[in-house]
Amino acid sequence: MDGRSALARAAAEAAARQSYGKLVAYLAARTRDVAGAEDALADAFAAALERWPKSGVPENPEAWLLAVARRRDVDAVRRRLTGEAARDHLQLIAEEAEARVTNEDLPDERLRLMFACAHPAIEASVRAPLILQTVLGFDAAAIASAFLVSPATMGQRLVRAKNRIREAGIPFRVPERAELGERLGAVLEAIYATFAEGWSDPAGTETRRRNLASEGIWLGRLVASLIPDEPETLGLLALMLFAEARRAARRNPEGDFVPLAEQDTALWDDTLIDEAEALLRRAAAMKIIGRYQLEAAVQSAHTARRRSGGTDWAAIRQLYEALMAIAGSPVVAINRSVAIAEAEGAAQGLAALDAIGDDKRLAEYQPYWAARAELSARLGRTADAAEAYDRAIGLERDPALRRFLQTERGKLVRN
Amino acid sequence: MRYMLLIYNDEAAMANVPRDKTEQTLAAYGAYTEALKKSGAYLAGERLRPTQAATSIRMADGKTNVLDGPYADTKEQLAGFYMIEATDIDTAMEWGARCPAASTGTVEVRPIWEMTDYLS
Repeated sequence: MDGRSALARAAAEAAARQSYGKLVAYLAARTRDVAGAEDALADAFAAALERWPKSGVPENPEAWLLAVARRRDVDAVRRRLTGEAARDHLQLIAEEAEARVTNEDLPDERLRLMFACAHPAIEASVRAPLILQTVLGFDAAAIASAFLVSPATMGQRLVRAKNRIREAGIPFRVPERAELGERLGAVLEAIYATFAEGWSDPAGTETRRRNLASEGIWLGRLVASLIPDEPETLGLLALMLFAEARRAARRNPEGDFVPLAEQDTALWDDTLIDEAEALLRRAAAMKIIGRYQLEAAVQSAHTARRRSGGTDWAAIRQLYEALMAIAGSPVVAINRSVAIAEAEGAAQGLAALDAIGDDKRLAEYQPYWAARAELSARLGRTADAAEAYDRAIGLERDPALRRFLQTERGKLVRN
Repeated sequence: MRYMLLIYNDEAAMANVPRDKTEQTLAAYGAYTEALKKSGAYLAGERLRPTQAATSIRMADGKTNVLDGPYADTKEQLAGFYMIEATDIDTAMEWGARCPAASTGTVEVRPIWEMTDYLS
């Protein structure tokens, strides 16, 4: 496929997915039947993915999708779809939507759909996959490969979750302000999980994963535009943009891992960083601090190096202290230890790592061992460092990062 | 939608609660029931006698097995129920959380399988 048709395909996919999500949300918000809404649109979506790259994206993608869904031979559809619910949906498309869509845009119910998918009554681990499927139209196999689950298992979980939405009566609504905090947290968490899954493939060799990162940003933009007065929605978007801005610098031309401190700042995307900074400033002006704003602020401190040439580790350490206080986790504790090591010395950093070493979750957590290894090496504790590097290497799933750790361990032996 | 709020409590612990506490609890249930009725959500609600009064029945090979006791020995036992009308699970969960049993035991929220659900 040449560059232009690849672009056309990407544009068509994005438009189709956006329209698809809007239509699923629109239909499901009225019936609470997500699976039924998806069934009703499946053919039209497939047709769009096939035709739009050649014909161009239609002016009103939603109307196009609805028209194609309608034009299908009703009997043929009926043979495939079972039950009254599916027929109801077709009727709904034909009657209700026809009247409104031709002239005006559909009401955007995607945010409501996201809140339904991230409802506390839905198991936490299936919320992000459910959003990917319903809002973005990802199939179970694509989601399964991104989340390292078998397609059959993922398929079952998604079906179960959709049934639960309908049977338990999970509402399609944006929660009131009083309960928004916790609910919004689940939505943001699902979006961040989407992004993080894509982020773990920095070279972008796996197309599916790289797409997940951009889909995460896309969802982040959507939520930030729909709930702009919640600082955490802006904070999350800023956090993702900061990270995305450094994508090109995370690997050298040979595909090897480049640690943050050694990245060439000329490869960072200034436009994305500037946008992230602006978002973070807008969020900060609302004066309600939160986890994503703090994490974005850490990223901001790191990217300040592009102008100042140095990194303010004392500031980063303070930000991690604040994060520990409001959203402590092993990951935050490790990053805080690394910041302490940079600000005060490797011995202090290692002592901070020792202090959290009892946490059983860390035994299988690569960054913990990588941090231990590096700080031990700096202190000349070669045996400890070698052992920690071995643990880290054994736990890493990214080959580029594994090679980097092996190289570092190699230096150790030579010294 | 109609929902059942199934109330589970530790019977043994409840039996040992001092009398004035029990009266307080009963008053709380009274107020809760009243609130449900005022809001129009109330459909039904009863307290059940403890599991020592329970009899479990099972048919196998044409024979009736009668078991002296509850269906399952659990840490908390089914102690009563409310049936309510709620627009969605959020509203049902809110009522579940207000139920005095939510702070002494567990309230299980279950949607009723309506006749109309069979058709779809």
